Amino acid sequence: MEEYIVIMRLDLLTKAAQPSPEQMEGYMKQYHDWVGGIAAQNKFSGGKGLSVEGKVLKFNDVMTDGPFVEIKESVAGFIIIKAASLDEAVEMAQGCPILKGEGNSVEVRKIISVHES
Amino acid sequence: MLDHGPIIPHLFRTEYRKIVSVLCRHFGFREIEVAEDIASETFQAAMQAWGLEGLPPNPAGWLYNTAKNKAKNHLHRESVFRHKIAQELQNTTQQSDSAEVDLSLQNINDSQLQMMFAVCHPSVSHESQIGLSLRILCGFGIDEIASAFMTNKDVINKRLFRAKEKLREAKVAIEMPPASAIEARLEPVLKTIYLLFNEGYYSASQNNTLRKDLCLEAIRLCTMLIEHSETNKPKVNALLALMCFHASRFDARINDNGSAVLYDEQDSSLWNRDLISKGGYFLRMAGQGNELSKYHLEAGIAAWHTQQSDTAEKWEGILHLYNQLLQREYSPVAALNRTYAVAKVRGKEAAIAEAEKLQIPENHFYFALLGTLYTDIDDQKAMLHWQTSLSLAKTDSDKEAIRKKLRSEI
Repeated sequence: MEEYIVIMRLDLLTKAAQPSPEQMEGYMKQYHDWVGGIAAQNKFSGGKGLSVEGKVLKFNDVMTDGPFVEIKESVAGFIIIKAASLDEAVEMAQGCPILKGEGNSVEVRKIISVHES
Repeated sequence: MLDHGPIIPHLFRTEYRKIVSVLCRHFGFREIEVAEDIASETFQAAMQAWGLEGLPPNPAGWLYNTAKNKAKNHLHRESVFRHKIAQELQNTTQQSDSAEVDLSLQNINDSQLQMMFAVCHPSVSHESQIGLSLRILCGFGIDEIASAFMTNKDVINKRLFRAKEKLREAKVAIEMPPASAIEARLEPVLKTIYLLFNEGYYSASQNNTLRKDLCLEAIRLCTMLIEHSETNKPKVNALLALMCFHASRFDARINDNGSAVLYDEQDSSLWNRDLISKGGYFLRMAGQGNELSKYHLEAGIAAWHTQQSDTAEKWEGILHLYNQLLQREYSPVAALNRTYAVAKVRGKEAAIAEAEKLQIPENHFYFALLGTLYTDIDDQKAMLHWQTSLSLAKTDSDKEAIRKKLRSEI
């Protein structure tokens, strides 16, 4: 089994895009179902949500507020999953509820470990 | 907690306003938008983190901590900005630099009480006061406020924005009004609580838990005023008594299928005795002093309704109170209810004469009243009125109640 990281990018800045409490409840439930389904196959290694607070550090001591500088989308969270192949990882990532929202995106990347060749 | 059903809307309803009030008191009213943004962001962070990792053991505590950290970061950024960049501007605004936001129960209560008065400041229109209260004190979504005012989101957003501008221009502080102004400032606060309760008690929403929550929120806000010696006035007690009496029937007025049960058909063993006796206590407290507000009169009427059986004394009492209430402030609902009391005291013929003098057009309650009054006197006319009532009713539960009545009359 290989490990893959699923990185979720969301528009966290546009005010009009902010969901109502009922919508948030719906999204949270969808996350639960998605993550639960992966965990039920024993393929869930963990995941975290990220706060909008942060700094971006750049070359030459340049430092800016927030993870979002030029683009509206920013990383909102990630999960790590186990999969036999990239195709299988992508299939699991396709269930990510944020993909139902326009402008959102999910990136699937294989994690490289020194313990594997 | 989980038995409450959806947890985020529930917490939004109970915690959003606490976070906004505390932060706003900390930052100053000038920065109310910042307080609101931090509170909203806190909930978004919760959705994300709780979605991926599951709920924390103490969700409200998690929200407080997250909000506290966000506030700390905001203040830190602000102070860096002021010291490094804006020093030459000699900004004179007084802002608390203390990074530690106090989310203790005591401070939450004080902040909310002070926020109630700030939001209900005379510099903004009554309508805006109610809108702002629903948003900031009750955690209503813009959608819900829009539907309460039967308008759209844009109108509400603009109205709230303007109201906040006005409050800033008036340099409203989050503090208790001076003792001399309390009486006048209490009026809009009570009106808002009253409307909040009505929203929960009479709304057409099928979500019974949410509706009950609204009623309990109104009771809670009113209780907060009573617990504070400066605002513990007779009319505040009268309003609380009124809400306790009404709320006592909450479980009895909806059957297992979720449809409404009329007062006469309610199983009075389901009435909440505890709330009735609380209502009695606050009504007695309301009688200390020589003030007679409309809340006193309505509480008196509600008190009579906690006695289900008809007696001459009961309906004489109710009619008398409605007469006083209408003299003070006309409302179509009070006029209809008074006519019903007239029927009970002086008979249906007398009530029909009174009912036909009322100026209430196109209202299904009016025709339902006429239908009730004509029953056994002129059944054909009664039937016509019931059918008119049915055609005017808007909500499914109202229509169902009328159909049930129609079936029982045939």
